[in-house]
Amino acid sequence: MEQFLQQIINGISLGSIYALVALGYTMVYGIIKLINFAHCDIYMIGAYVGYFCMTFLGIGFVPSLLAAMAVCTVLGVTIEKIAYKPLRNATRIAVLITAIGVSLFLEYGTMFFVKAQVRSYPPLTGLLAETLRLGNISVPMLQVLILAITVILMLLLQFIVNKTKIGKAMRAVSMDQDAAELMGINVDTTISFTFALGSALAGAAGILVGIYYNSINPLMGVLPGLKSFVAAVFGGIGIIPGAMIGGYIIGIVEVLISGYINSMYRDAFVFAILILILILKPAGLLGKNTREKV
Amino acid sequence: MKKLAETMRNTKSWSKLLLLVLTYAIIHLLIIFGIIQDFQQITLTTICINIILAVSLNLITGFTGQFSLGHAGFMSIGAYTCALITMRMPTIPGFILGLVAGAVAAAIVGILVGLPTLRLRGDYLAIATLGMSEIIRIVFLNLNITNGAAGLSGIPQFVNWPWLFVFTAGTILLIVNFLKSSHGRACISIREDEIAAEAMGINTTKYKVTAFAIGAFCAGIAGALYASYFFFIKPTTFNFQKSVDVLVMVVLGGMGSVSGSVLAAILLALISTFLQSFSELRMVIYSLILIIIMIFRPQGLMGSKELSLSMLSKLGSKFSFRKGRV
Repeated sequence: MEQFLQQIINGISLGSIYALVALGYTMVYGIIKLINFAHCDIYMIGAYVGYFCMTFLGIGFVPSLLAAMAVCTVLGVTIEKIAYKPLRNATRIAVLITAIGVSLFLEYGTMFFVKAQVRSYPPLTGLLAETLRLGNISVPMLQVLILAITVILMLLLQFIVNKTKIGKAMRAVSMDQDAAELMGINVDTTISFTFALGSALAGAAGILVGIYYNSINPLMGVLPGLKSFVAAVFGGIGIIPGAMIGGYIIGIVEVLISGYINSMYRDAFVFAILILILILKPAGLLGKNTREKV
Repeated sequence: MKKLAETMRNTKSWSKLLLLVLTYAIIHLLIIFGIIQDFQQITLTTICINIILAVSLNLITGFTGQFSLGHAGFMSIGAYTCALITMRMPTIPGFILGLVAGAVAAAIVGILVGLPTLRLRGDYLAIATLGMSEIIRIVFLNLNITNGAAGLSGIPQFVNWPWLFVFTAGTILLIVNFLKSSHGRACISIREDEIAAEAMGINTTKYKVTAFAIGAFCAGIAGALYASYFFFIKPTTFNFQKSVDVLVMVVLGGMGSVSGSVLAAILLALISTFLQSFSELRMVIYSLILIIIMIFRPQGLMGSKELSLSMLSKLGSKFSFRKGRV
């Protein structure tokens, strides 16, 4: 039982990271129907920015987190303006290939500058290095921090999407782009803002995964990116709470499978869950099935 | 009038045959005289395998409109099956058996995966096929018989230019003729409008699965050729990146253009070989080319047009006209 609870706690930490990345996928998909393959590399860039801030500039964790989020926001918006905006009226597959191109560009561009070697984050000090003991379960403060930051960011996101004017615009554009434009919403700004939000969350996820696993490399985003996308589909793509729930479920399932079955097969299980959910309920956990009309 | 049309069709098919034989003979001679050396032969093999992969994925994605990101999975099934059989029977019949078994195994998996997932549309299908190909890769990574992450080495090498040519030309002919048949037309109608096609009495599931199975079969052949030529395979060879590479060829060449896929397969292999010397920057340049082409020509190099002999002869007459004036 204790071991099980311990596994669940590990799963929540991993799930927080998946959820943060999945939010970016789901928002971008909701608004322009694009699987933004470059999103997982923004997460990787976030991890590198955090690494450089903490190792070379020697600034603390919170300023590094903010720096990573800021750099990723700028990067996300730049990518959208340069690579995706000219293709607004092109076929979806053309945009998808562009996204793959951007993804490769970020991965190998980073590899060119920082080399392919694995780098490790500086060891944690102070309060973060402590471990919380709850009976027989030990919870590193680091995991508490990851959960806390994720929850704060998610609440902030919920506030922006549900209570602010730009959030209302985002919801309107994702429902019907043309109608939103007719109502006087600036669609381009709204799309850029969506990319900014998603990229900021990915940047935060990047630095969190850096301090959690302690090693980063230029191709670190590929597999977590795919799994986060699975999480977004699992929860119902385009639905923000769905991505959060999906992220946590995928994280916990993955940890339980590596703990109890076979860690080599954990990714296979995640993809098998994906295929099952797509066959049984393609709209996802929180999605509503819509019938296609002629 | 009818007779004229028939003779024209006859000359056309004859000239196509002539072109095929010529292509084969020229490259064969170049190899015999040592102009195409070992290093260039690797590029040649990559081109042929890429053509098979791209043309077969084009049947699924470009013509039937089913967006698949799992081609590497089918390729790996062909490669591993062929490798395991030829390592036990290192003879030419053994290789043929392995190749056929690999292709059939890939097609069977294609049907098994296709039946439930082809109900999904667009991006969902892409993600499902991506998941499927990752599962296949992870299974190969963990089985004992496939030697895990280290992969299989010392696969008997049988593939050379004649084999490559037969299978590459064979795949193209198979798919072009399939597309000209009523089955192929049914597939194209599914791409154009699935609901309308269904209303016209086309069994959409059947044709989607057929296209998927043919595509998987050809990918299995490509995998078998790969295993036998490079005599070393490991699970990471057939990762997500490989599926993406094939999809890039299809989109770059033009969805719904067989000759476009062939052109793109040749072009990308050449670019990749040419950039070999700038190993670090290779992928950066490759990705930039990809982005730039997609921004300025999102429909791909050929769009949905085909490069045909009449087009070539038109081009040729233009060229000779110019030459004559000079």
